[in-house]
Amino acid sequence: MATEGLHENETLASLKSEAESLKGKLEEERAKLHDVELHQVAERVEALGQFVMKTRRTLKGHGNKVLCMDWCKDKRRIVSSSQDGKVIVWGSFTTNKEHAVTMPCTWVMACAYAPSGCAIACGGLDNKCSVYPLTFDKNENMAAKKKSVAMHTNYLSACSFTNSDMQILTASGDGTCALWDVESGQLLQSFHGHGADVLCLDLAPSETGNTFVSGGCDKKAMVWDMRSGQCVQAFETHESDINSVRYYPSGDAFASGSDDATCRLYDLRADREVAIYSKESIIFGASSVDFSLSGRLLFAGYNDYTINVWDVLKGSRVSILFGHENRVSTLRVSPDGTAFCSGSWDHTLRVWA
Amino acid sequence: MAAGPAPPPGRPRAQMPHLRKMERVVVSMQDPDQGVKMRSQRLLVTVIPHAVTGSDVVQWLAQKFCVSEEEALHLGAVLVQHGYIYPLRDPRSLMLRPDETPYRFQEGRRACWDWSGTPPCRRGLVVHRPLPKSPGPQTPYFWTSTLRPAAELDYAIYLAKKNIRKRGTLVDYEKDCYDRLHKKINHAWDLVLMQAREQLRAAKQRSKGDRLVIACQEQTYWLVNRPPPGAPDVLEQGPGRGSCAASRVLMTKSADFHKREIEYFRKALGRTRVKSSVCLEAYLSFCGQRGPHDPLVSGCLPSNPWISDNDAYWVMNAPTVAAPTKLRVERWGFSFRELLEDPVGRAHFMDFLGKEFSGENLSFWEACEELRYGAQAQVPTLVDAVYEQFLAPGAAHWVNIDSRTMEQTLEGLRQPHRYVLDDAQLHIYMLMKKDSYPRFLKSDMYKALLAEAGIPLEMKRRVFPFTWRPRHSSPSPALLPTPVEPTAACGPGGGDGVA
Repeated sequence: MATEGLHENETLASLKSEAESLKGKLEEERAKLHDVELHQVAERVEALGQFVMKTRRTLKGHGNKVLCMDWCKDKRRIVSSSQDGKVIVWGSFTTNKEHAVTMPCTWVMACAYAPSGCAIACGGLDNKCSVYPLTFDKNENMAAKKKSVAMHTNYLSACSFTNSDMQILTASGDGTCALWDVESGQLLQSFHGHGADVLCLDLAPSETGNTFVSGGCDKKAMVWDMRSGQCVQAFETHESDINSVRYYPSGDAFASGSDDATCRLYDLRADREVAIYSKESIIFGASSVDFSLSGRLLFAGYNDYTINVWDVLKGSRVSILFGHENRVSTLRVSPDGTAFCSGSWDHTLRVWA
Repeated sequence: MAAGPAPPPGRPRAQMPHLRKMERVVVSMQDPDQGVKMRSQRLLVTVIPHAVTGSDVVQWLAQKFCVSEEEALHLGAVLVQHGYIYPLRDPRSLMLRPDETPYRFQEGRRACWDWSGTPPCRRGLVVHRPLPKSPGPQTPYFWTSTLRPAAELDYAIYLAKKNIRKRGTLVDYEKDCYDRLHKKINHAWDLVLMQAREQLRAAKQRSKGDRLVIACQEQTYWLVNRPPPGAPDVLEQGPGRGSCAASRVLMTKSADFHKREIEYFRKALGRTRVKSSVCLEAYLSFCGQRGPHDPLVSGCLPSNPWISDNDAYWVMNAPTVAAPTKLRVERWGFSFRELLEDPVGRAHFMDFLGKEFSGENLSFWEACEELRYGAQAQVPTLVDAVYEQFLAPGAAHWVNIDSRTMEQTLEGLRQPHRYVLDDAQLHIYMLMKKDSYPRFLKSDMYKALLAEAGIPLEMKRRVFPFTWRPRHSSPSPALLPTPVEPTAACGPGGGDGVA
């Protein structure tokens, strides 16, 4: 591909400039309908009170950096994965470890809990996503029932079950996302369009449930139609890798966290970025973001070991939480919004409320 | 598009935006007018100029960024951990002490093996001086972003120097490294020792002050590049990203990529957009409506289990519970999706539909969901089952879809796939949402549920705080075939919050 003839190069240049000019036009169109800023509209909203959030549980047990975590629908259990290949299921209310499995690879960067609570999925440098049914049978080795589902050509960065235990959506360093049938391992749909590693994804909470958003090293956040595999919307305003994307609870918008030390809010109906959450004193990248249940608060974990809490409407930073002793790599609010959990390179997970 | 010039020596700065930002902070901290107050620091018998105290650093950061002292201390600590500021007194660990402890800003040097060269900058400011070998201004050498990955040889020389200067100064992990390096570069060990001795000799020719400063700089540099066990490695970045950088070059070069871009932009230009004011208002009403239901914003009754260690909240709000709380029943009125997502809400809605003889609509919708999210192997069977039950003429639970959608669906059923019922499903969903759902909300049934639903009493703070409550575990979903229905009830007027 690199050594196409002169004719191809000419076409390439003209294609590139056509794309650029269309991109410019799109920006203009988007700007036309932008008649007010979010913080202006939010002026009449009551300010939030003082926030006192503390670590309520500390989960110790990983021997190395915690890279990813996910909540079970029962609102208490958590699955977490780490650099040394260990994947642990915790009853985080009691801080008991309930299951543990060691993956054959290191840097398990993605893990997810199945909606039924009966299985977990994980993957990382092995380029795969595997599903482990959870069993309490002492005689059974969890690793024995492991099912290899997804196969990528580079590391697995994120995975999520859809509405059932039978489908998994994955994102990979090979620049693609993919939807898989768990039972057969069949590829149901693949999503091409990112120009670099895809680092994160989130499924839309829409009633017709058909889209998801992904973010990557190409600084783009892309919204996909799961059925057709097409990209329906793309946003490119970040200045560096997008580490995390999460939908606003209504499904009309999503937030992103990036290495450029900002979090941003993108509205899908307005088709543009509508808010930036940043502060001069925040220098390090945001690794993971999540909304509280009402969407009023945005929790973001950063690479400088802190967690910043943002008022989504007013755009101001409500609180900064210290506690972790190394970068915060993952953060999720619990399914009923009573707490959020953060995982860190300091080998621990903390539940905050 | 050519591949571009070779990246300058050192870590690719583009991949570390935080380093550049830290550097900007450090530069402004050294501004002669607006920067941190510099003073001379007496250490043992020498005087070191242009030092700063830990507390001054914290104060300056707090003022400059309008943050609390705690946050300023954290930010300052991060600068120290990355070696941009180094301690003058006993730099065994890189910490920022918010007191009179002296620190200095890391400066420019030519090359780490050229210790006999330039004395440290007198003004404590960043040095921009052209190297004899490489033309152009030189960014500060010791800055983390510009240094090439610290070479083993240099580390060996450093450890050797420490060892020669005074036996026993090597800490445990340093001794291990020293031994390992000795084995590894045994062939070059004479060179290592020679360099070490040479550097020590050259250092003796400098003033005490210079010697001390250089020693501190060096020590900091190695603490950053070879952190002791247990200390976080600030330079670690995790698995390489943009590892498809090579393929990225290919992707951006390909004509297909641009064609796809053009197609995307054309479609995007054609889409309808909504005014920002409308979209943003929607957030206000959404947040306003949901605020009281958000435990982290408004608290939750009887108490937040994570805070009180009491799981009554979860028991009262279990997925299938006999008496849902008032907040929960209210949520069913927020949106149709909210109602369907709650098993209790959905069950009541099904009852309501039953009374109107349109229960098959919900059943059909559920069956379609099962198909959409089901196993691939099940698709043909599920499609058949749905057809038999809901779509076939004379079916037991025949759904009333408009004739055109029915025609298209039946046509599509010839080649069943998991999305073949999408149109029909959407039609029925909209029917329920626009018609049955609003009537449900206005119905006596719903009104009664709302009236019956209670608000839990706030759990009183424990009088004896040292009574230890055992935390109740819940049965794992992986253990049970079906969810357990707890018997906890919450009567009108609120239940007793204490379990």
